[in-house]
Amino acid sequence: MTGAVLQIEDLRVRIPVPGGRWVGAVDGVTLAVGSGEIVGLVGESGCGKSTLGGAVMGLLPGGSEVSGRVLLDEEDLRGLTDEQYRRIRGDDIALVSQDPASSLDPTFSVGAQVAEAIRNHRDVSRRAARERAVELLGIVGIPDPRARYADPPHRFSGGMKQRVVIAAALANDPAVLIADEPTTALDVTIQAQILHLLRDLTVRSGTGVLLITHDLGVVAQVCDRVAVMYAGQVVEQGTVRDLFARPLHPYTRALLDSQPAAHHRSGDLPVIPGRVPDLTEPPAGCRFASRCAHVHDRCATAPPVIGMPNGGQVACWLHQAVTEEVR
Amino acid sequence: MTALLDVRGLVVTFPAPDAGLRRRRVHALSGVDLSVGRGRTHGLVGESGSGKSTLARCVLGLQRPDEGSVVFDGTEIVGLRGRALREVRRRIQPVFQDPLGSLDPRWTVGRSVRESLDAFGVGSALDRDRRVRELLDLVGLSPDHADRHPAALSGGQRQRVGIAAALASEPELIVADEPVSALDVSVQAQILNLVAKLQRELGVAVLFVSHDLGVVEHVSHEVSVMYLGGIVETAARAELFADPVHPYTRALLAAIPVPEPDARLVHVPLSGDIPSPINPPTGCRFHPRCPLRVDSCSRERPVLQPVTAAHHVACPVALGARPQSDPAPAQN
Repeated sequence: MTGAVLQIEDLRVRIPVPGGRWVGAVDGVTLAVGSGEIVGLVGESGCGKSTLGGAVMGLLPGGSEVSGRVLLDEEDLRGLTDEQYRRIRGDDIALVSQDPASSLDPTFSVGAQVAEAIRNHRDVSRRAARERAVELLGIVGIPDPRARYADPPHRFSGGMKQRVVIAAALANDPAVLIADEPTTALDVTIQAQILHLLRDLTVRSGTGVLLITHDLGVVAQVCDRVAVMYAGQVVEQGTVRDLFARPLHPYTRALLDSQPAAHHRSGDLPVIPGRVPDLTEPPAGCRFASRCAHVHDRCATAPPVIGMPNGGQVACWLHQAVTEEVR
Repeated sequence: MTALLDVRGLVVTFPAPDAGLRRRRVHALSGVDLSVGRGRTHGLVGESGSGKSTLARCVLGLQRPDEGSVVFDGTEIVGLRGRALREVRRRIQPVFQDPLGSLDPRWTVGRSVRESLDAFGVGSALDRDRRVRELLDLVGLSPDHADRHPAALSGGQRQRVGIAAALASEPELIVADEPVSALDVSVQAQILNLVAKLQRELGVAVLFVSHDLGVVEHVSHEVSVMYLGGIVETAARAELFADPVHPYTRALLAAIPVPEPDARLVHVPLSGDIPSPINPPTGCRFHPRCPLRVDSCSRERPVLQPVTAAHHVACPVALGARPQSDPAPAQN
């Protein structure tokens, strides 16, 4: 895709674990985020979605091995030194994570932290940074931002803290925002507020968002496109509308079916039998094969990524006959 | 038929964590009534500070209320001690969110389940060994799981062990506090199916506490919605979800991110923050955020009033706005 603010190509991340083994946490992921676009990255625990976010942010566990390309505005982030990464983090690329309390320093006022986020990357006076921070706190919906500027984080509710984190993250108009489960720790009525805020601000500023979540409901509510991850790989991606209306990969279908909200009447929920494969020794073929209702002999070979006429992609042999391979 | 569990006028406060000399108190429950019928699943849903977990702890006898009563099968359990308390605890068993916290990491799964049998003196020693295997089978674990330690199990398997331990004493009521909140959605589905199966086959009643309306809708016969220490609405499941009356219930339902891109929220259903239970609003506790607010809402504390026989709501304004064609019978 041209014009993508973030382009991930064939990204692989291996993380060392005790016993001299490696977890192939991300295995050949290709993904793009356009300007002002929100792309959902959805999957269950251990699927590699947060590791992928960490790889983009340059925040991986020590000793991790990364291959492939991560292009930010067409510039490869791989190979940046720690110092170079520090310079772009919080400037061109920013992070909002699940727990706002751990993103904020408890000993500094919320306003000072937003102002610091600005002065870390911009040559502006203290006064100008302060004024901009007050403005940003207002934009993210902190009531009476000038009065609350000097309050420490513990004087704020979880939802209000997350608003402060968003203010700091968007302070320098980043090209890309990685939002890793940004509303998972929040109550549902507060979650709705924060999702609206994120969407509003990033669409307006043209920031591309990679929204990492386990919640398909959140994806349906705010994302433009979505990639579904399973066991380190993207098994399907497409527009939110297409993917929810017509999920192609059996895992996507199973995940949608097991949502209680999708089954308003009683009766058993469909379940996915078995367990996620051990990623220190992943199976050779399709990683979902052992749990798949449509498993077939050819699933012993890893499926190709197949491009669909609507622009979506799916990594499953079931769709091979329909269209041709992308690669 | 009388209810298995009947909670009346429950009030719980505790010292605020950082109150110091100011003696501020957290108003966790402010006069809660709740009934759970035999063999029924009653969903209790609410956000942070709603008091749903405190209510669960009162029913389990883990929290003594300041005021009010908890009647289980005709017996007041508030203030029970000794043998009588032990007997009630046998009949009301907990399932918690994090089974790791309730299972001893040094014990095998078999020993943890066996401990529940021993503690309540269920059957003879030989019976108990057989019973451990039966219980594991009942929750969908194989006999060889009995020799494993909790650390060697997945989250879903651990929750199955937690449920097996809860079932060991053959309780009549299970109080499940966020039992699937820590689980992935595909595993969550397995545990919800298990709870439904046990409920059908064993006839055990369940008080199912959750912040997740989708989950509550799926498992419950009746549902109560809590906000800041009080129940604002209670109804049969289908009625609550099809015809929510309280403005908070309506906002809560609207705020659920449904996995349907065509049902996107166009505006935020509820603005403002959840007030602190340390200094809750006067009158109706929802009034500062309520779209239906009138002057009296800040003064008068609404009580649950019938919409229909099985549907009660604590909002005179919403009730008054409904068509009067089918007046509900008065109930006091």
